[in-house]
Amino acid sequence: MVGKVIKYGDNIDTDVIIPARYLNTSDPYELSLHCMEDIDKDFIKKVNKGDIIVGGKNFGCGSSREHAPIAIKASGISLVIAETFARIFFRNSINIGLPIIECAEAAKDINEGDELEIDTTKGEIINKTQEKSYQTSPFPPFMQDIINAGGLINKIEREANK
Amino acid sequence: MAMTMTQKILANASNKAFVKSGDLIDVNLDLVLGNDITSPVAINEFNKIGINQVFDKNKIAIVPDHFTPNKDIKSAEQCKICREFARSMEIVNYFEIGQVGIEHALIPEKGLVVPGGVVIGADSHTCTYGALGAFSTGIGSTDMAAGMATGKAWFKVPEAIKFNLTGRLSKYVSGKDVILHIIGMIGVDGALYKSMEFTGTGISNLSMDDRFTMANMAIEAGAKNGIFPVDEKTLEYVKDHSSKPYKIFEADSDAKYCEIYNIDLSSIRPTVAFPHLPDNTRTIDQVGYIPIDQVVIGSCTNGRIEDLRAAASIFKGNKVHKNVRTIIFPATQRIYLEAIKEGLIEIFIEAGAAVSTPTCGPCLGGHMGVLAKGERCVSTTNRNFVGRMGHAESEVYLASPVVAAASAILGKISSPEEVIK
Repeated sequence: MVGKVIKYGDNIDTDVIIPARYLNTSDPYELSLHCMEDIDKDFIKKVNKGDIIVGGKNFGCGSSREHAPIAIKASGISLVIAETFARIFFRNSINIGLPIIECAEAAKDINEGDELEIDTTKGEIINKTQEKSYQTSPFPPFMQDIINAGGLINKIEREANK
Repeated sequence: MAMTMTQKILANASNKAFVKSGDLIDVNLDLVLGNDITSPVAINEFNKIGINQVFDKNKIAIVPDHFTPNKDIKSAEQCKICREFARSMEIVNYFEIGQVGIEHALIPEKGLVVPGGVVIGADSHTCTYGALGAFSTGIGSTDMAAGMATGKAWFKVPEAIKFNLTGRLSKYVSGKDVILHIIGMIGVDGALYKSMEFTGTGISNLSMDDRFTMANMAIEAGAKNGIFPVDEKTLEYVKDHSSKPYKIFEADSDAKYCEIYNIDLSSIRPTVAFPHLPDNTRTIDQVGYIPIDQVVIGSCTNGRIEDLRAAASIFKGNKVHKNVRTIIFPATQRIYLEAIKEGLIEIFIEAGAAVSTPTCGPCLGGHMGVLAKGERCVSTTNRNFVGRMGHAESEVYLASPVVAAASAILGKISSPEEVIK
């Protein structure tokens, strides 16, 4: 996985990821058109398929709206890296299959526009622009099962049909 | 081995004698909750599983409270999805307009949560029910779908921060000020992934409505849940609202906490959170001159009967400032009716405030009080993020009902002591 970085600061809340005024729909494409609108009007114009969002502390804090990771995923973002994630956003991302990585060191070092290469099986982040690499701890097997199944619903469906 | 109160509830609900922080467990659910924004996404996911019934039609609640009464065609379509699903699955606790209230005021009022229970809700403020000594936490729509299908959810057992409360609140200070004070102290990620366990001799001096307000905002410190011990006030509330069996859990006296804070309730002043994070707090004495355009009193945080009584005690015989729009939202129909019987609604209308049917509308910038560019609002709600109540360049100041009422009257952020002399 290779992508260019769009960087934000601490406490990026779900209200700025997708403002509530657009939650009268749950269509991923429609939601993506307003992703990040209140802190970065140009996000949807500048984002390219495969880009990576890097945030600071407490990324995704606030509301439980799954529309937030849905909007990010539908905008073409391939991965979110942050120093820390708010817990509901973390769960929601795993559940819908938006890859996320918690790595404080990498999140602090990475700059806007850097090109990253991610090896998800090894848990390695390579910053090709800065020529640095970071090792992250892999997900526990329990969560890996959800990810491998392609999300929580697929996992339940498989178990229900066993 | 010793456990916190939350750990004991989670051990019980996962049929284990003991759990410790970090354990991954499957928990049996007593209630799965959703609203008109989160349920349609959950229903879509539920339908993918390919089963034709929910795990227990008595243990699911669907509360269309956010964009209701429907603000536009799109939101009406979302509510229609909820309604049709509730009918086809024979969901017992679906609340139509006319019976509906703001979910986190309505669910306890209807007796659907009791001490020792486990609740997940596709709404981050589901943590409110910790006031009743239950484990309750917000999750997303996919977890709601999984919960409706299986009656279970997975959790990582949290460690806990202990807040040892002593003393008694001063006049014009409420649970809202306590929780804003705490969030200001520990930060918006101060309890990330953790439980906030409130204990101590001061708890008995806090009303149930104070406790609901405090547990409600645990999420604003990043917490998984906020929880109160069960005492006489809790049991009285349960007796008045529910016939469900309950179970009282207490933290072990030697339970381990990652942090302990001692807070003297008598030292807390009315507290205001400035834009754009709930931890950006100042006491009312440090506020300075902040003129305002709008006041909102209500929400799952502060729309209960005590909140309305407190606001009315300030509005009585006073008028809303000519530059301010004041909108008051009783959180449920029962609270609304009680406020009418007590004469509170008359006081609000005489003062020049608008009173609305229950809705989450203005709190999340949905409808019924959206802010224009550059406008400032004092709100008894729970979030003051960028654009939360409207335009990205509007501002939200979080406060208690008495501070909101005093601010409405004086046209600037004010202490109730400036109105009632």
